Amino acid sequence: MTKMVIFQRGPMDSAATLRSTSSRPIAGPSAGRPGQPDASVTALVRPVGHPLGHLDLLESLAVFIIREVAAESERPVLLFSGGKDSAVLLHLAAKAFKPGGIPFPVLHVDTGHNFPEVLAYRDAQVDAEGARLLVAKVQDSIDQGRVADPGPIASRNRLQTTTLLDAINANSFDAAFGGARRDEDKARAKERVLSFRDSFGQWDPKRQRPELWQLYQGSVRPGEHLRAFPLSDWTELDIWQYIRREQIVLPAIYYAHSRRVIQRDGMLLAESQWVTPQGIEVVEEATVRYRTVGDATLTGAVRSEAATADDIIRELATSRISERGATRGDDRFSETAMEDRKREGYF
Amino acid sequence: MSKSPGSPPTGGPRLGADTMDLLRFATVGSVDDGKSTLIGRLLFDTRQLFDDQLDAITVASERRGLGEVDLSFVTDGLRAEREQGITIDVAYRYAATPHRKFVIADCPGHLQYTSNMATGASTADLVLVLVDATSGLREQSRRHICIAALLGVDQLVVCANKMDLVDWDTSAYQHIVDEMETLARRLGLASCTVIPISALHGDNVVERSDAAPWYDGPTVLDALESAQAGGWASQHGLRQGNGGRLPVQWVLRQPGGGRSYAGMVNGGPFRTGDPVIVLPQGQYSTVRSIETADGPLPRAEVGLSVSLQLNDDIDISRGDLISSLEEQPTVTDEFEATLCWFHDRPLRAGDRLKLKHTTRVTPVIVERIEGIFDVNELEVSEAPELVENDIGVVRLRTAMPLALDSYSVDRITGSFVLIDELTIATVAAGMVGPPRLHG
Ligand SMILES: Nc1nc2c(ncn2[C@@H]2O[C@H](COP(=O)(O)OP(=O)(O)OP(=O)(O)O)[C@@H](O)[C@H]2O)c(=O)[nH]1
Ligand SMILES: [Mg+2]
Repeated sequence: MTKMVIFQRGPMDSAATLRSTSSRPIAGPSAGRPGQPDASVTALVRPVGHPLGHLDLLESLAVFIIREVAAESERPVLLFSGGKDSAVLLHLAAKAFKPGGIPFPVLHVDTGHNFPEVLAYRDAQVDAEGARLLVAKVQDSIDQGRVADPGPIASRNRLQTTTLLDAINANSFDAAFGGARRDEDKARAKERVLSFRDSFGQWDPKRQRPELWQLYQGSVRPGEHLRAFPLSDWTELDIWQYIRREQIVLPAIYYAHSRRVIQRDGMLLAESQWVTPQGIEVVEEATVRYRTVGDATLTGAVRSEAATADDIIRELATSRISERGATRGDDRFSETAMEDRKREGYF
Repeated sequence: MSKSPGSPPTGGPRLGADTMDLLRFATVGSVDDGKSTLIGRLLFDTRQLFDDQLDAITVASERRGLGEVDLSFVTDGLRAEREQGITIDVAYRYAATPHRKFVIADCPGHLQYTSNMATGASTADLVLVLVDATSGLREQSRRHICIAALLGVDQLVVCANKMDLVDWDTSAYQHIVDEMETLARRLGLASCTVIPISALHGDNVVERSDAAPWYDGPTVLDALESAQAGGWASQHGLRQGNGGRLPVQWVLRQPGGGRSYAGMVNGGPFRTGDPVIVLPQGQYSTVRSIETADGPLPRAEVGLSVSLQLNDDIDISRGDLISSLEEQPTVTDEFEATLCWFHDRPLRAGDRLKLKHTTRVTPVIVERIEGIFDVNELEVSEAPELVENDIGVVRLRTAMPLALDSYSVDRITGSFVLIDELTIATVAAGMVGPPRLHG
């Protein structure tokens, strides 16, 4: 058999103290220690685990990021949609500053196409955390002529970008926390934890700042701002496990319920004042839940009997469709729909 | 579509227990050696791709007239990446086996994007090095291996890729083994495994290949499942039992008028009653309590965000560091460091920048360029300046004193970034101490 190199060394020996480094002459790496490390051909061993579980580590890093951005920016804001990721984000922001309150306001970019439960939930949740709620309305951007009116039933998803950027400018926010996760989409998968936006609010994926270790470098110049994504490394499953562990309250639409829905473009859309049966479409009563919450005109429900976080965690284990694949019409327009929106300044 | 990557095996687990260990790994290696294809293959063969994601990359491959599904599209998600067929920036993907969660950073290979590779590798417990078996190690492969080793990643899994193109010739594999053996010993790596694979066809990635009966080592998945996890999160990979450190991020007011100092614990755990010193000012106290949003703890583990209340009323603010009395960091305003320089403008003696170390930002001056690190010879040689993507050794002087550990002891208190004062861009990754590749 051909030899393969497999060697293993024990835990590192104690390294030299810092003081000695200053007097060390210039030399190659072999100056670090005389001789060669012991090499032997052995199998890799199963290590001892870290005393903290993965949820503890995710929570801890998110809290670290929130504190870091809050400390380094002048006027941060937390973007809150009323969905599960913003619920987790708000919960983490509250934890980061206890026993104090959250030292920044919460901003909802309101498309006007809401699930009624979500608005009630938003108000109750922000109130419970003692935070100040700001609402920026897409309808206002339409009324002011900032964006063209797409008509009463069209999606307002893309219009949110203008409303969001206007709100950021008007309030001189220099950092905005978002609940986006890298496992949601292939463009989000590329984005830094601290994502720099130029004075037009644009993201340039070809010129991202290096982001090493946990050294989050968030300086911006006037007019520019940062997006901060403390949940970057969380998956949909992590979110649900954390919701279960922390008993975070969500809008009821995340759990199985009976709803009148219309099948359209492979999605189940809730019947509403904006979504009514067209042509041969029929309304059916189905047991469904939502995996994401966005503009009600293009956020789909999934058929599900999962009524608790436990049920959902079990259901996710066998799901063959991704979160956004199952529920978001806005990603279906083109191959790079999310990248294109993000470049314009979207969440 | 003339050919699909085959039907995914059934029964792959995705659900994990509530507590799993976490392995963070990054792909590195020269451009086009197959990093993204390998990650696509690994995720496909372990059934971690959702049907809609697979459909989307199938359609995207068809649209570009590719004969088969291009598995690199799993991570190459930007428009420009798909147009050019190269990776530009790191893509993060997540996977799980029953007891282990994986955070995967698929890094770009191109020299121009070295800073992005360093970004992906800086938090890795392990790197997967892709080497094209038809060409062997290139200078860029060596550069990436050196950067990973300098960053303290000491577990390497080297994939001798594209073995299908050399008809699974053992000598192509053996050649890479020989080169890696020399390199790994000189770099002082904890473990190094070389696996002959074809990322394109899936040989020895998840499934053992019939094409190489002469190889009986682990598959890529085996190596990932048995590697040492959690090194980055716990700092254990660098040094066990270093003193506790808490760089102060934020001051919290506790009910009753006291203050607690919030930050993430690294280096070693803190317990109530521990004697501590506040640096750089050098004041002594003891830990009165360890506070979290879920109540006080008797002990704070490395990696946990907490806040510490002390028994003495000391003036402490963001940027200060609370350290255990044993094994303190060194307080200094002048030190030697290893830099990965990312700016297109060269770095010279006398240059002024800003430096961010833990939670402190301070002006810094480059006192001297000691030399550049040659990735082929693994030696430092004299040079007047550092140019883009050089690894160099410099002497720095900061306006404010810093509480530093050598990088080989602590990846948090031993690391910093340099910030260009004008463009406020991050222009260098810095590690305290000379290039220490031998642990
Ligand atoms: N024959 C053969 N081709 C392969 C194999 N692995 C990758 N390739 C091809 O090599 C080319 C480059 O693959 P990528 O996966 O994009 O390479 P990469 O290392 O990610 O490249 P960068 O990220 O740009 O540095 C593609 O055309 C792949 O299909 C293999 O095992 N055999
Ligand atoms: Mg690639």
